[in-house]
Amino acid sequence: MKILNDNDLIVIDGVSHTFNTNSGSLPVLDRLSLSVPENGFSAIVGPSGCGKSTVTRLVAGLLKPDEGSVWFQGEKVTSPRSTVGMAFQNPVLLEWRSIIKNVLLPLEIVPNDLSASDRESRANDLLKLVGLSGFEDKRPSELSGGMRQRASLCRALVHRPEVLILDEPFGALDAFTREDLWLTMHRLREEEPFTGVLITHDLREAIFLADQVIVLSGRPATVQYNQSMPQQGPRSLDQLYKPEANEMLNILREQIRIARKGEEPAA
Amino acid sequence: MRQVFVPIFAMIIFLLFWEGLVWVNDWPNYKMASPSDLWPAFWRFKGLFLTFGWETLWRTIVGLLIAIAVGVLFGMVMGFSKVMREGLYPLLVGFNAIPKATVVPIVALMFVGQHDLNTVLIAFMISFFPIAVSVSIGLSTLEPEYRDILRSLGASQLTIFWKIALPKTLPEFFGALKVAVTLAFIGTNLMEIVSPHGRGLGALFDSGKTNADYPLMFAVLIALAVLGIALYYVVVVLEKIFAGWAERSTD
Repeated sequence: MKILNDNDLIVIDGVSHTFNTNSGSLPVLDRLSLSVPENGFSAIVGPSGCGKSTVTRLVAGLLKPDEGSVWFQGEKVTSPRSTVGMAFQNPVLLEWRSIIKNVLLPLEIVPNDLSASDRESRANDLLKLVGLSGFEDKRPSELSGGMRQRASLCRALVHRPEVLILDEPFGALDAFTREDLWLTMHRLREEEPFTGVLITHDLREAIFLADQVIVLSGRPATVQYNQSMPQQGPRSLDQLYKPEANEMLNILREQIRIARKGEEPAA
Repeated sequence: MRQVFVPIFAMIIFLLFWEGLVWVNDWPNYKMASPSDLWPAFWRFKGLFLTFGWETLWRTIVGLLIAIAVGVLFGMVMGFSKVMREGLYPLLVGFNAIPKATVVPIVALMFVGQHDLNTVLIAFMISFFPIAVSVSIGLSTLEPEYRDILRSLGASQLTIFWKIALPKTLPEFFGALKVAVTLAFIGTNLMEIVSPHGRGLGALFDSGKTNADYPLMFAVLIALAVLGIALYYVVVVLEKIFAGWAERSTD
């Protein structure tokens, strides 16, 4: 599967990767190819341990593939680039900094010509957008899990990255907080132009947030199924409770089942 | 207010208990001196207490500063490189396992006559291990996500160390420093007691022993305790300033 499309921001082309561990070599990706269109939002789902996180590290340039290549805006990715923002399940905020100072961190590293007050107003705008106004000077330890994750999202976006990489960002949150954050994600998408790559275990999260859901096969992973969502861009929570959404969930669940079957070794 | 009065009150109770214990048992002061014997001892040697107390203090502090520099260096090397950790760790553990009392005569012979150097050296040797271990553990247990966030932005290793690894390790570092402070005092005194013609509170203690001046020996112990408390609380204040964020508010 070779992807040639002017519209694609990220192209992963025939990537294979193997980790060398103490207990031998562990192939994680096998000729994986996929593409994410500019300003699109792709969710990658698959059995646990199938190499989803490896994909994010490849896109961020943190990892060089053994075989194949990763392209970003038609350029080969060989090292980290500051046009990426990342958020993980663990919000990894710096406990010794206030919330706003946490959000400002990328601007201290990525070269930019913003003045101190410009940076701060940029951070404040983002915090306002995710509903954290008034918490700028609090320490991360004073915030709830959902609020920390909101701050982590602000930090990932403050330097206006072209790609936002989310590695199970809402996995540790309770169901209601998670739905709130899904809505926040859509709000952010409306206000901030970015291309999203979401790794998740939650199929409902995938169909609610993404324009395209990619199911990876079991390890070593390759693309098993690629589903385009009928509705692109922001949407409302009600749609998640419509029959169409259920149909979609069933299709994806079936795909995950197949993926896990292929992966299951003789137990 | 309470934070000042409670410790003072506790100390008074302790002194009364001590005095009472000696009085009830009618112990002679070579068995145990009572607090009321100590003041005359302090007064008689007040000049020596000040000069020797200062000697002990500065040697301990210098030994501690060297321990911090070397300990942090070793900790960084072991924290960042797995190979170095595997290589150095057994060496350090072995070195630390040697009772420093046995090293004292060796060092005293090695640099014979250089009392200041010897004393500082032992204070350093006895106290750098916890610092090296805590820094290396702090650095090697840094969650990979922290590194990834900065690396994905193109940050250098130095930036990662400066912005994240160093501040994140500070609470562990200060925890180890509190242990190191007391250890460094032990090191200083070991050398001061053992060295012939030594100076410092350890030497004063030794002269109390040779002259059968038991209240003096107890007075030195108290003076050492006071210095230890003072230096410990200096570390506590530094910790509050540089790593106060790690303290959870209890309310």
